[in-house]
Amino acid sequence: MSGENAIEVKNVSKWFGGFQVLHDVNLTVRKGERIVVCGPSGSGKSTLIRCFNRLEAHQKGDIIINGISLHNRMRDIAEVRRNVGMVFQHFNLFPHITVLMNCMAGPMWIKGVSKEEARERAMHYLEKVRIPEQANKYPAQLSGGQQQRVAIARSLSMQPTVMLFDEPTSALDPEMVAEVLETITTLAHEGMTMVCVTHEMGFARAVADRVIFMDAGRIVEEGRPEDFFSNPRHERTKLFLSQILRH
Amino acid sequence: MLYIDTVESEVLVHKPWFVGIIFALVLALSLMFNLTDTTLGELMRPVIGDPQASGLYGRFATGLVLAVLFCLNIVLIGFAQFKVQVAVVWVELLSLFLAFFNAFDLSLPFIWEKLPILLSQGLFTTIYVAAVSIFFACILAVFGAVAKLSGNGFAFAISSFYTSFFRGLPLLMQLYLIYLGLPQLGIVLDAVPSGVLALSLCYGAYMTEIFRAGIQSIDRGQWEASRSMGFGFGLTMRKIILPQALPVIIPPTGNNFISMLKDSSLVSIVGVWELMFLARSLGQATFKHMEMLIAVAFIYWILSVCMEFVQARIERHYARSKIR
Ligand SMILES: Nc1ncnc2c1ncn2[C@@H]1O[C@H](COP(=O)(O)OP(=O)(O)O)[C@@H](O)[C@H]1O
Ligand SMILES: [Mg+2]
Repeated sequence: MSGENAIEVKNVSKWFGGFQVLHDVNLTVRKGERIVVCGPSGSGKSTLIRCFNRLEAHQKGDIIINGISLHNRMRDIAEVRRNVGMVFQHFNLFPHITVLMNCMAGPMWIKGVSKEEARERAMHYLEKVRIPEQANKYPAQLSGGQQQRVAIARSLSMQPTVMLFDEPTSALDPEMVAEVLETITTLAHEGMTMVCVTHEMGFARAVADRVIFMDAGRIVEEGRPEDFFSNPRHERTKLFLSQILRH
Repeated sequence: MLYIDTVESEVLVHKPWFVGIIFALVLALSLMFNLTDTTLGELMRPVIGDPQASGLYGRFATGLVLAVLFCLNIVLIGFAQFKVQVAVVWVELLSLFLAFFNAFDLSLPFIWEKLPILLSQGLFTTIYVAAVSIFFACILAVFGAVAKLSGNGFAFAISSFYTSFFRGLPLLMQLYLIYLGLPQLGIVLDAVPSGVLALSLCYGAYMTEIFRAGIQSIDRGQWEASRSMGFGFGLTMRKIILPQALPVIIPPTGNNFISMLKDSSLVSIVGVWELMFLARSLGQATFKHMEMLIAVAFIYWILSVCMEFVQARIERHYARSKIR
């Protein structure tokens, strides 16, 4: 299969009951590419990226992650999930274990890494997101921005090849958005393949190789950020950009 | 605690109309039930003369004294701090209770004599039966709850049939079915295993609902995060969902355990030598029923109080990781 592409989406459609959320979506993400997905609320952005690690199942078309086609086979899905990290809007940290354990859990329980090595690895990634001093606290004792950075460290501790971000800063107070975006930017500069759903247009300009605009379950427009922001082609894109850039 | 308003209202027991009503009630009651032949009447001999012969005057005088004492008592308690109030009222109620039993003219030496066997044999068996049963009930409950939530028709049907059946039959009936019914099919169980089996099955059915509610109380995001990291179902359940469900599961499980400690007295019916069985057999042999029953009642009560303390401690432990 393809050695170059991290994610291939071919003619994918998805329904929730009778309601079609994704209409014949096509998308290819090369290894090391950084994609920003934007679009109005309810347009299917979350659903699309949740299909990439099969938190949602698609009904038509093919999704191929790192050469593995996503079908109803648990073994393949588990393999894909181990290699694809996901960061959620509401962090979804494990509240009953410490920050450090949050980051050690995956390697220890899934990858069979020894406790010492898992601890070392967890500390490494906590340093990377610049909160090693919070390691022994519980998630609820941290600020929103810190929690989201822990969530990023938790995903990284599985050493994924692809990272998915679903509006990682939407639930944060304004003063905490910057620290999380900085962390993601650092990651981007290190060459991590990532797909990030966000409305932070400054961030998109700075890191994205490509911006994708979705509306009503379709990819309406995609392009390099320079072109996308200065010359949007579709009416729908122009309207959307004028709405979020007005402020 | 209720969420008390910051506008303080006057203490109820300091309102004249309330104290007046209580005063009138106590007086009326003691006029109705002649109290002159009680200890109180005896104490009032200097005022009313021979209690037996004091007639209406004696009744009224004792009633009056009792009403005044009672009202003074509640008014004074009303001034105290919360903790002091609780302690004083507890002690008063307990002494009233003891005074009530004392009126039965119980033989204390007999109780002391039988206490060692009650504690060594009876208490041990009671705790043993209850602890083993609650353990199996919890295991049944985990599987029952997962089956109910699984979306698998077979599993749901089996689990809901199980809970419906064992919640629908009286526990005593289940015990008879196992101890007396099964032998007809050639399956003979001893008394203790029969009791444990009946208690486990019955409480497992109740606790299935508790575990189901606990599992359902966990945010979907926890499942999603676990799944996105590649955790399988068993791992997610053991390491992520159940530990977080414990604070929801433990309080009602504690209640069930306390209630099981007492329901384990039912297995005395099939001849298990636990507290209730000993109380009845020791009492019957000597016609000292009340002594044994009251002694055992207090043992059950103390046991439950201990369990409540343990439960409160565990709950406090789990409250800690929730601190914001
Ligand atoms: N589990 C679900 N069941 C039914 N409808 C859903 C579900 N999840 C999302 N939807 C619907 O699918 C559409 C796309 O949702 P989503 O992908 O979350 O949009 P976005 O992330 O772009 O805001 C919305 O109309 C939403 O109501
Ligand atoms: Mg969304």
